[in-house]
Amino acid sequence: MRNWSSSADSRRERLSRAAPLALHKQVPAAQTVALLEAVLQPGDRVCLEGNNQKQADFLAHALTQVDPRRVHDLHMVQSVLALPEHLDVFENGIASRLDFSFSGPQAARLAQLVSAGRLRIGAIHTYLELFARYFVDLTPRVALIAAQAADADGNLFTGPNTEDTPAIVEAAAFSRGIVIAQVNEIVDTLPRIDVPGGWVDFVVLAPTHNLIEPLFTRDPAKISEIQVLMAMMAIKGIYAEYGVQRLNHGIGFDTAAIELLLPTYGESLGLKGRVGAHWALNPHPALIPAIEAGWVESIHSFGSELGMEDYIRARSDVFFTGSDGALRSNRAFCQAAGHYACDLFIGSTLQIDLAGNSSTATLGRIAGFGGAPNMGADSRGRRHGSEAWLKAGRQARDGMTGARGTPRGQKLVVQMVETFREHMQPAFVDRLDAWTLAEQAQMPLPPIMVYGEDVTHILTEEGIASLLLCRTDEEREQAVRGVAGYTEVGLGRDRRAVENLRDRGVIQRPEDLGVDPRLATRNLLAARSMRDLVDASGGLYAPPARFRNW
Amino acid sequence: MNTAPGLETLRFEFPGTKPAGSFAPVLVGVVGSGNLELLLEPDSAPVCRVTVQTSARGFGNIWEAVLRDFHERHRLSGVSIAINDMGATPAVVSLRLAQAAAEIA
Repeated sequence: MRNWSSSADSRRERLSRAAPLALHKQVPAAQTVALLEAVLQPGDRVCLEGNNQKQADFLAHALTQVDPRRVHDLHMVQSVLALPEHLDVFENGIASRLDFSFSGPQAARLAQLVSAGRLRIGAIHTYLELFARYFVDLTPRVALIAAQAADADGNLFTGPNTEDTPAIVEAAAFSRGIVIAQVNEIVDTLPRIDVPGGWVDFVVLAPTHNLIEPLFTRDPAKISEIQVLMAMMAIKGIYAEYGVQRLNHGIGFDTAAIELLLPTYGESLGLKGRVGAHWALNPHPALIPAIEAGWVESIHSFGSELGMEDYIRARSDVFFTGSDGALRSNRAFCQAAGHYACDLFIGSTLQIDLAGNSSTATLGRIAGFGGAPNMGADSRGRRHGSEAWLKAGRQARDGMTGARGTPRGQKLVVQMVETFREHMQPAFVDRLDAWTLAEQAQMPLPPIMVYGEDVTHILTEEGIASLLLCRTDEEREQAVRGVAGYTEVGLGRDRRAVENLRDRGVIQRPEDLGVDPRLATRNLLAARSMRDLVDASGGLYAPPARFRNW
Repeated sequence: MNTAPGLETLRFEFPGTKPAGSFAPVLVGVVGSGNLELLLEPDSAPVCRVTVQTSARGFGNIWEAVLRDFHERHRLSGVSIAINDMGATPAVVSLRLAQAAAEIA
């Protein structure tokens, strides 16, 4: 007769092994390694909270210290590989399998470990996709998470950086898993409860505060005139053209330039109230001038951003905040918001090929995707209309019949790149490095971040290519070449075909858009330095020390 | 003409069709890393003459392509352009050319 509650039995055994280490739910920091050895078993699937901002770094370090004779062959599932410890567990023989989303800082070492056979990658995911699998076939047996504070009952306050925590805890706590939280402090009364204590098994007061990376801060002083020019084209050629009210911006200086041009150039075009009202976006400091000028109605965030706490608190009409006044972020919900409720995604990339596929994978680095593929994809399950979405859908389907001609909308997915990156590295290539990487790491598919099929526009300093107006592969190729400038791909264009596309409005040069190159100077930025951002916030924004350059 | 060590000098001449007439010289940009200085002046010859001094050697074909595209767009005649470049990308070169041309349009 089958035992239908083996997972509950296993949970009881693990909890009883760990019981001597805990008083109520609290385990002393010095006992953390012993706690992990008590609850972990070989082959366990373990979710270690680590994303591009908040890190359960104390628990990550403790995991590298367990005895590999007792704990081995773990299957790690986690959003981001950011810390050396995230890979040390594979080098130490503690873990052997990995499913993840993004590995930016560890991308080169990850590629080395894969080629040395030290770990097997199941798949590289987008965030929302990985969270989804936590509830299907990658459910964690043990979850190691980070929170700002706990009370005696194990209730958790995450502070502004809630991020991935609710998704991870939900999956583990309701499948008889074990949830262990590292916290910065233990208090009598929490400002608010982000995770109920009933879902948390153990709390460790970490000796140091968990790491948080200010990943979304861009110093306006580093924005170039070319980025100003491209931002002007984005605002006039795309935001105004489609009436984009609901949007997500990728990370980087290109999109920071757009944010800083809304209250200046956008204002001069009379766009206030017509574009940029609702955002799925982290609290980008670069958006402060637009918020202060009254452009922004709402912002829901994946995570927070260091230094923005007081500003957010003072602008609760705009940000999602708790009754305590602090931001409540949630990566899973914000990813869903970006996918289903935004009309536009605009972001940068490293390489674009002739089909418009784009990738940030380069040779020798397994970097992953993060959230971009989820934002930068048409949402096929969407059914509600909006001006921008319906217009893009009409353009993309004009003249088509049958199933492909059935009316529906389309998400605007814009890839924004300078034709050459630094050191004259071309952004346009005949073949993405992703293909070679897939061969080397034996991946079933090349790690393409945004599929050309989903890209509606490519924007470079040379102009805008409206790929959604192209009807054949040849047209699409010439449209890509037509904005690829003086890269090999650009020089290889069929000049007549490109001029023909320009006549049809598929390619638009700055002069076709009425963008005056003389305005493309840094004077057009609503803030030109970190100090300007602080001033724009009325002194509420407090940048981290590394950005304080005045 | 003296050329600083390491600099490459490139000269181009395009036959123009739109006489620019007389205008005050236009200076755009500054000499700095990744940037350039461009001086657009009237010239007695009915052509568009361009002299480039650049610290980034070996990109003559790209300079020619950028300048040819600029010239096809504007067809200026009776002008000379002097460029002092410190490794500007083609994007910056094109922007400076467009800014200078817009000043005399």
